[in-house]
Amino acid sequence: MSAETPAPEFRPAASRALRDPELRANFRRAMDGLILKRGEQFADPVEWNDLRNLGAAIRGRTLAKLPELLERLEAACTRNGIRVHWARDAEEGNAIVLGILREHGATRVVKSKSMVSEEMHLNEYLEEQGIDPLESDLGEYIIQLDHETPSHIIAPAIHMNRRQIARLFGKKIREARYTEDIDELTAIARRVLRKKFFEADAGISGVNFAVAETGTLCLVENEGNGRMSTHVPSVHIALMGLEKVVENLEDVPPLYSLLTRSATGQPITTYFNMISGPRGAEEKDGPAEVHLVILDNGRSRIFEDEALAQTLKCIRCGACMNHCPVYTRVGGHAYQSVYPGPIGKILTPQMEGVGRRHDLLEASSLCGACGEVCPVGIRIPELIVRLRREAIEGRPDGPGSVAEAGRGRHALESAAWTIWEAALTDSGLYRALGFAATRLRRLLPPWLPVLSRWTSVRSTPVPGRRTLHELAREAGVPDE
Amino acid sequence: MSDRVGTARATILGRLRAARPPATSPPSDFDVLARRVFPPGERYPRLRRKMETVHAEFVETTEAEWPSAVIEFLRAERLGTLLYGPSTPAGRRLAQVWPSGAEGDPRLVPYDRPVETMKADLFDRMDAGFTTTRGGIADTGGLILWPSPEEPRLLSLVPPVHIALLREAEIYDTFWQAVRVQKWASAMPPNALLISGPSKTADIEQTLSYGVHGPNRLLVIVVR
Repeated sequence: MSAETPAPEFRPAASRALRDPELRANFRRAMDGLILKRGEQFADPVEWNDLRNLGAAIRGRTLAKLPELLERLEAACTRNGIRVHWARDAEEGNAIVLGILREHGATRVVKSKSMVSEEMHLNEYLEEQGIDPLESDLGEYIIQLDHETPSHIIAPAIHMNRRQIARLFGKKIREARYTEDIDELTAIARRVLRKKFFEADAGISGVNFAVAETGTLCLVENEGNGRMSTHVPSVHIALMGLEKVVENLEDVPPLYSLLTRSATGQPITTYFNMISGPRGAEEKDGPAEVHLVILDNGRSRIFEDEALAQTLKCIRCGACMNHCPVYTRVGGHAYQSVYPGPIGKILTPQMEGVGRRHDLLEASSLCGACGEVCPVGIRIPELIVRLRREAIEGRPDGPGSVAEAGRGRHALESAAWTIWEAALTDSGLYRALGFAATRLRRLLPPWLPVLSRWTSVRSTPVPGRRTLHELAREAGVPDE
Repeated sequence: MSDRVGTARATILGRLRAARPPATSPPSDFDVLARRVFPPGERYPRLRRKMETVHAEFVETTEAEWPSAVIEFLRAERLGTLLYGPSTPAGRRLAQVWPSGAEGDPRLVPYDRPVETMKADLFDRMDAGFTTTRGGIADTGGLILWPSPEEPRLLSLVPPVHIALLREAEIYDTFWQAVRVQKWASAMPPNALLISGPSKTADIEQTLSYGVHGPNRLLVIVVR
């Protein structure tokens, strides 16, 4: 997928975002609110610690039995009347969805939020085939109107404020009168979408947890559009990354609790929708068919490395991005990745290549906040460091190797580290450089490339008159 | 097609099997959930408090009086039609005491046919939907619903007001406890739900707005 298109570049996109005060204000306000609400949910440190350990243990157990659990999930779903499909990559996944829709002559499709469908670029694909997939989550609906991609995995339109949304609705929705009132904006979307739910031939959704024991697909939501999409049309297609499976029904309540509290600071969402089959023989409503598409798309490769496999424990709560100082400042779009923020920094380079997306790995101060708030204990900072190493020193061949390992090397950076290493391992060279730096200290012109980036906003650093080494010797400290 | 599908399945499972599985993690200790117990008298007040913060409304009544409480609410709110499941015990109770069509009285409409034959009515002409529950959750707030042939899935979703009947004695401490005590794992219905309030969104400026796609009001009739 990567060879033909040029690699997206984080730095210029981040610089543009940093110069956009409206965007920065939108993110700062939203992240501050989310951090505060999550903090209130986990006010009891003992409970947080125990619940997180449980979440991590459940997800760890899932990964330890992953192939077996996927087979059990398939068997249980099949028993329940859910048809299971497997897709190695986005292309296969898209073809499966299209095949099901074609079989039913479905052209009007309502979608509830699914990050996997973003990964597949499903909407674009279906539009090319003459099918009109309508996003029904309010945030997704807003960005679809704006021809944008989500800037956050939980709150896709978080980069926009009410005035921007009011202008968008005024421009794009014929019957809407201009209003900046949030309840009125919501009511406009309700009117438009209710009609669409009524007419839809098929519904597409994601999956938050898929239970192997019972063949149950769990969907977490507040709006009701997920229930509308999965219960009103006669066909429901659910899309899941293969890591979304859990072993037992009993594993769901703790993960659900960790998810909603971490994501939005809610003790519980408005709806928790558990689907274990299509319309039963006597039922009056519900879809006649339920399909489940299990997508790999690079996940089985990530799974090959014991440490990196941790990435697959993620339950997509978004807490890591809410707490990330980089994400908060540049926003989600700068990453140019389906998954932005810290989880995206480790997931995207593994899926698309550490050479191609090396810059995402550098977009971190390693402050550790993401690892601290992760509800299933993914050590994101460690994995960032590991992947940085893979990008420079990694070997591209052999099992468990990271995609494009070793291709993140940069000639100038490598040269700098070679000089650094030489200076610190050769005492003669070290002294010579120290002597030069102290004696020529006033000669460093502030306009030097690289240095000027620092000096343009700060005073030029001036080395001391003598090296520490010289001062120590003069003070009578013996040379060792 | 089936060949290619078979190949995809075999390739994915083969790759996962070939990998060295991540080291097994520590045993899952559910004690953190097991110790979340509330004295019986505190369960209902807690559930109510939690659900009221997300705009659910409550009416307290008795086993004898609850059908009248439903009718009174509809009259007071000028809601003209109530969709319900006629063949549950609660549905039969409602039908027995329902006022027989005086001017201004709400109309009781049975959801007893496939949705295809009444979709327009369901979407456009029902003011409220009535369902029973399989209990509630004290810890976080929330009602447990198992839609069924008698009480279809869309009853609690499409009409703008959802009226749910909850018995105080059926409130569990946690979702986890309900799943275990009611033995869900051996009897999952095609659809099971938790509902904690009216439909809501915070997708515009993180500001809560109620009634986005589902009901804009949730009334809980509590039998104490």
